[in-house]
Amino acid sequence: MILSIASGKGGTGKTTVAVNMALSLENVQLLDCDVEEPNDHLLLQPKIEETFPVYVRVPNINLEKCDYCAKCAEFCAFNALFVANKQIMVFPEICHNCGGCTIVCPRKAISEKRRKIGRVKKGFADGVELVFGELSVGEPMAVPVIREVKRQMRDDRNVIVDSPPGTACPVVESVYGSDYCVLVTEPTPFGLYDLKIAVEVIEKLKIPFGVVVNQAGIGDRKVYEYCKENQIPVLLEIPYSRRIAELYSSGIPFVLEMPEWREKFQELFSAVERRASG
Amino acid sequence: MKIAVSAVGNTLEAQVDRRFGRCAYFLIVDSETLEFDAFSNEASSAMGGAGIQAAQMIAKKEAKVVITGNVGPNAYGTLSAAGIEIITGASGTIREAVEKYKKGELKKTGAPTVKGHFGMGGGQGQGRGKQR
Repeated sequence: MILSIASGKGGTGKTTVAVNMALSLENVQLLDCDVEEPNDHLLLQPKIEETFPVYVRVPNINLEKCDYCAKCAEFCAFNALFVANKQIMVFPEICHNCGGCTIVCPRKAISEKRRKIGRVKKGFADGVELVFGELSVGEPMAVPVIREVKRQMRDDRNVIVDSPPGTACPVVESVYGSDYCVLVTEPTPFGLYDLKIAVEVIEKLKIPFGVVVNQAGIGDRKVYEYCKENQIPVLLEIPYSRRIAELYSSGIPFVLEMPEWREKFQELFSAVERRASG
Repeated sequence: MKIAVSAVGNTLEAQVDRRFGRCAYFLIVDSETLEFDAFSNEASSAMGGAGIQAAQMIAKKEAKVVITGNVGPNAYGTLSAAGIEIITGASGTIREAVEKYKKGELKKTGAPTVKGHFGMGGGQGQGRGKQR
């Protein structure tokens, strides 16, 4: 079972749901794909057992072979290469690492070189295997790091994927291949607006999904009305509670102090399993 | 000599587009005769690297001068590498800008005048902060 936790809006509680659910289940691997701001490890405090770098491959020009024909620059959809006036320039930050320029170069003047853009860490905490990525500061492309985190996925465990917020490439890369997606939202106009966009994305990806409402009790009823109208199941509500907020702000997953919640997360997971297979 | 001017329309009476990479049109104007060709700027919808793509197109058209409002770092770097003179801060119609340039009233720039993603409106550019 691969369950992804996503949301359009940031700060709705993806990490809260992902970490507390992971701690409530057996045999779990948690993948924190929010590689720009991974937070799961702050709540779990794992013992890091392995760290390895993430590289992308960018073009490396052999100037002795290049005749400035510009076929590489014409091919590149992202304009990472520029050729004019017997000069060639490479913009590695723009390169999406497709390798196409090395293929189209008629003089085989382009090879690839590695460029480090981040790292992946693995560790264990309370029986949960955590894998998380860290995108290097200033790097614009999160997707290759997310891909490397997901490459660590094990098929003998229940996998929870904690997605970054938003609805663009990093989210698609994170949730792609999930059996089910839980969209975490808050019952406010902001939560609703971003939820609707997230729903569009998840529907396009044809992943079955449901909603968890966090901070239930604040805001209005519009998220519930939207879910009802669109036949989207509301799988769980986490109340707006001082106790939960206090634990969160101390960096403590609330199931550790409020064990009655383990059962609710187990039920949530069972419900998700049923819906994913049905 | 050929001069490339970023333009909001495709005639000499159109206004100078103050964006370079994501301008609507480029006019390649002959500085002597004021004859011109107008090209709709394919880079305006580029996923990334619009300034680079626009510079590539202008280099191919063999323009020696670019007149525009602003250039970002990548446009500046590529145009400079291509040996193209870069005039920024232009305004008014294309005709006025070219005439001013010929009289030496426009100054060339020795550095980018804006950061990357300047011409992308309120939207988020490829690779600016979080990709959303």
